[in-house]
Formats: sequence, C-alpha cells, structure tokens
Amino acid sequence: MATTNRPDAPDRDALLRMFEIQQKIKTADERFRAMLTSGQVQLIYYSPRGQECISAGYAVHLRPDDYVVTIYRGLHDHIAKGVPMRELWAEFLGRGTGTCKGKGGPMHVTHPKSGLMVTTGIVGAGIPIANGFGLAAKLSGTDQVTVVNFGDGASNIGAFHEGLNMAAVWKLPVIFVCQNNLYGEHTPMAMSTGVEYISERASSYGMPGVTVNGNDPVAMWKVAGEAVARARAGEGPTLIEARTYRFWGHLMGDAMEYMPKEERKAAMAADPLPAFRAWLLDNGHANEAQLTEIEDQIKALVDDAVEFAMNSPEPPMDELYTDVYEEIIK
Amino acid sequence: MTTTEPRIMPMGMAINEAMDVAMGLDEKVFLLGEDIAEPSGGVYKITKGLSTKYGTDRVRKTPISETAIIGAAVGAAIAGYKPVAEIMIMDFIGVCLDQITNHAAKIRYMSGGQTTVPMVIRTSAGAGRGFGAQHSELLEAFAVHSPGMKVAIPSNPADAKGLLISSIFDADPVLFVEPMLMYWDPAYAGEVPAGDYRVPLGKANTVVEGKDVSLISYGRQVHTCKKAAEELAAEGISAEVIDLRSIVPYDEAAVMASVSKTKRAVVVHEAVTRCGFGAELSSRIHEELFGTLAAPVQRVGGKNIPIPYASNLEKAFLPQVADVVAAVKRTNK
Repeated sequence: MATTNRPDAPDRDALLRMFEIQQKIKTADERFRAMLTSGQVQLIYYSPRGQECISAGYAVHLRPDDYVVTIYRGLHDHIAKGVPMRELWAEFLGRGTGTCKGKGGPMHVTHPKSGLMVTTGIVGAGIPIANGFGLAAKLSGTDQVTVVNFGDGASNIGAFHEGLNMAAVWKLPVIFVCQNNLYGEHTPMAMSTGVEYISERASSYGMPGVTVNGNDPVAMWKVAGEAVARARAGEGPTLIEARTYRFWGHLMGDAMEYMPKEERKAAMAADPLPAFRAWLLDNGHANEAQLTEIEDQIKALVDDAVEFAMNSPEPPMDELYTDVYEEIIK
Repeated sequence: MTTTEPRIMPMGMAINEAMDVAMGLDEKVFLLGEDIAEPSGGVYKITKGLSTKYGTDRVRKTPISETAIIGAAVGAAIAGYKPVAEIMIMDFIGVCLDQITNHAAKIRYMSGGQTTVPMVIRTSAGAGRGFGAQHSELLEAFAVHSPGMKVAIPSNPADAKGLLISSIFDADPVLFVEPMLMYWDPAYAGEVPAGDYRVPLGKANTVVEGKDVSLISYGRQVHTCKKAAEELAAEGISAEVIDLRSIVPYDEAAVMASVSKTKRAVVVHEAVTRCGFGAELSSRIHEELFGTLAAPVQRVGGKNIPIPYASNLEKAFLPQVADVVAAVKRTNK
C-alpha cells in the first residue's frame, strides 16, 4: 500500500485491531504449515495466507451478535470473527476440546458464541444459508447483519444466483464478500468466468456491487463499512468483490503448477501484511514497540493454542452417535 | 347440551389446519415457498388463507429457487426460527439436494451439537394424475440415507395434521411427504381432532389387526394394503396392516412384534422397489427374525422405471391391490 497517509483511513483503534487480526491469521497459518510440513500433524488444510486483509477489513465493523458464514478456506474468517484460538486449533486437529468436539474439522468450524455460524465445504452453499440468517434478523426486527464469504469460483454456481436474487428481492441485511483470489481450485478466473469483475454481476440482481483491492486494508475497511451500514439501516444487500491472491495454492500439498511462478512470486513480494505494518509506522499510527508487543502476544497466544490442542484427547467414542438428532436414532 | 358434528375433512384441509395451529402457538413458525401466499394460497391450495391471517412476512412467497428456499430455511432455523419450507413437488428436491443432505441433515453433527436445524420440508408426491416422470415420484429413500434427516409420510387426514405439528416442533429437520392424490379427494377424507393435536414420529399405527401376514406400508399405499386385506379376508387369510407413519425414525418394535406373530411380511410402498425403504425394512426383518419366518419377506413397490404418462402405463407402474395379494400368496406356498 501507499506509504503516504490517507485521509480515508479509520481511527487508530480500528487500524490496530485490523493489524492484530491479520497478524493472528499469519501466525496461526505459519504454524499450521510448519507443523504439516514437518509431519507433526496431518490434516486437510486450505491456507488463507494472502487474503487476511479482507477478513480484518469487514470484521472490525461487526458486533459479536452479527453473523459470519464462510467456506473450507476459512481460518482467516474464523479468527477475524473471534473464534477462540484454543478451540479453533483443537478442532483443526480433531480433538474433543475443539469448537465442534472434533466432529466438524477445518471445513466445518462453527462457534455461535462468536457469531461464526456455518463453515461449509460445498462451493457456494453458504450463500443461501446466509439469507436465512438475514431473514431471521429481519423477522426479529434486530439490526444484526450477516457477512457471507466465498471465492470467485462460487460466483459460477447456481446457489450464488438463487441466493443473491432472493437477498435483493427480500432486501436482506446480508453482505456478500467474494474473496477473489483469481483461481477456482486449479483454474484461473479467465477460463471459468465470463465477466472481468464479479461485482458486475450485482447489477443483474438489482443490488450494489463494488470491486475493491482486498489487499488494501484501508480500502477494504471503507467498502465493508459502507455495506455493513447499508445492511444495518435496512437498505439491503451488497456484493463486494475483494481482489486478492492465495499464496499457497488451493490445498496444502498442491504443486501449484497451474499458477505462473512469476505471478506468485510478485504476489508474495507484495505481501499486504508487512506493507500495512510499515505504513502504520511511517504514518505514526503506531510505534515499533507497540507492534512488537502485539506480535509477541499473538505468538504466545498461538503457542498456547498449539499446546492446548496437542495435549487434548481425541473425542470420546461415546460421541459417535450423539448430535445426529436430538435423541439417539441408530 | 351441545353436540358437535364430527370434523370430517380432506387431507389438504388438515395440513392447512396443522400449519394454522403451529403458527398460532409459536411466532417463530413461518412458511416459505413458491406461490404459497394469497390470492392462490399455493398451487394445491394447501396454504389457503394463511397469508391473510398471519401476513406475508410469515407466509412468504419465494422466487422459483429451491436451493434459495431450503438455504433460507436452514439459516433461519439455526438462528432460532421454525421454518416450514414448501417444495411444490417432490421431484424438484433434486434441485436443492445439497442444502438438504449436506446442510440441513449434517449441521447438528458437524457443529458438535452447537447449532441445530429445526425445520420442515413439506412436499407433495405421488403418481396417478398423469403428470409424467418429473412430477410424480416418491423419493423418500434419499432422505432415509441421509443421517440427520427425519421422514414422515401420512396416510390419512388426522395423521397428516398430528404428524405435521409434531414435525414443526421437532428439534431436527423433517422431510414431510404429502400424498398429492389424497389432498382433496373426498374418498380419503376423515375425522380430524381440533386444536393442538399431535401424533409422535416413530409410532406406527396398526390399521387392521390380523394373524397370518403383516402388510407394512406408509402413505397412500396403506389404502392399497387395506383393500388387499379385505380381499384376503374373503379367502380366509387374516392380514395385519401396519402404517409406519414415519420412516425415520420408524417403529421397529411394532414391525418386529407384528411379524413375530404372523411369521410372514410384505412391505409395500409407492417409490420404485429397487433400493426403496422396503429393501431396508426387508433386510431388518430378515436380520432379526430369519429363523422364525415362514417365508422370505416380499416387496411390492413402484416398478423400476421412470413414471410413464399414458394412464394405462402409469397405472402399471403403481402397486396394485392384486400385486399385494399375489405377494401374500408367495409367502404362503
């Protein structure tokens, strides 16, 4: 991001909260990848690294009682919405102390106490469900909003079309955040998508659509704030296309041969988090000691979560048949 | 002293009354589906009058978007509502199968019980009206195969009301299959208790008591079994007819008790025979009672074909009284 100060930037408190969220995501992600590559743990892992500005940018506008829906690449959204680090790690590692008692895993993290309502492993499927949260808020007369996250690939599936249309017709308080990392699994957007900007699709539903640089924390904060305000005021949904890049391909272990090496190298060189850090310092929003303190605290938080998860037992076998129904039906 | 007329009504009216009662009892109950609000009150008039009484916030017309309908119901249910989503005709379930099997059914388990999905999917089904292959099919087997889903299929107006109210207030998602042919046909009308009348899921009803063979069925085919039982009685064979009412959960104790007594069983449903619920039921009976059975369990179901349009072929698709009688005879060789 630009090194000059920006009149449109949020206040210092919001900036530092955004930095903290991004740093948590980066630190947790680095630890997951280190433990995976060293063989300490085995799990299916979709790294969100590179996309953390987006989650931080909308999350600072949300209240704990607002709802978030996300997808299998969801660690950044889980952290941003405030899912506790210990339970999150334990769930990723399949432990009985996880958010979902180890029954969901990384693709199904749920923590209603934080407002993280659904994580789905099915592309696009969270969109219609988010409408249900929006409808519930509307019927209850609250001003809660719902943010539903999905990728560029999801904009090509039927649920996207049905869901955005219904949200517009019913004027639901839902913010559709398309985290456009330029690839749907192994296929570049240009080979799968007929429009240049996914936000163009909003016009066909009669809702506002905006494309934003998802790696620019200030721009993301601003666009998300406008959409959240509109939803809270009962003025209906918004489609945000936040352009970004995923540093580690679709799935950890992915050889990434479909991503041009130079493109990935350039994206990683433009890593938005160090750039944000430098900008905060250059413009006097924080000093080195403050940021280092935040980083140290987060390292300790992740260390603690890793230890907690690694020392937690697997779920007890008597959990096998529970939570299928309210009563046990075999 | 006042006398009250018996409340005889068709199944369509009983289903309407169930939703009326549930909405009156709990403001968290709301309906959504295609065309369900006034003036039409649904293509089969099942929701007639409800949007006038409860408003269009609670009786919501939707776009023709089955995935969006079920998705909205799933989200609202997690958030504390009790949605009743209508999928106009069961064959359209295929459009929104992901929302049902991957989300409604699995969310309680995937979340470790933190979030639940107390919703009902009402849908009409059944052949015999010349609607062809895509507007006639019974597809309940998929939901039986999706742990997390419950499935109820009533055979008479009183059960339709009682099972639907129970389903709406159940803590889990219920697929509620309404036999389309029975909605307004006076031949299927029956007495329906007033008010908050509930029939529990998982409790079978012995419609006809007998001692020689058990005919186990649900939905409209219970009536085929009743007619078969009458024909068999004329030949001196005493058939017991069990109406399961719901197939997840199903009343296994009632089935095993009946078959333990009669030693012979015929399972009857309208869905295609291959991999239908009858296959599961037949297996369970064999697993539990093999050594005591006088004959292998027989299945009578729809033929393993897409449902034909021409009325003679459509009739041939459906289980007939003669098919049930013949199956009983096969257990009696």
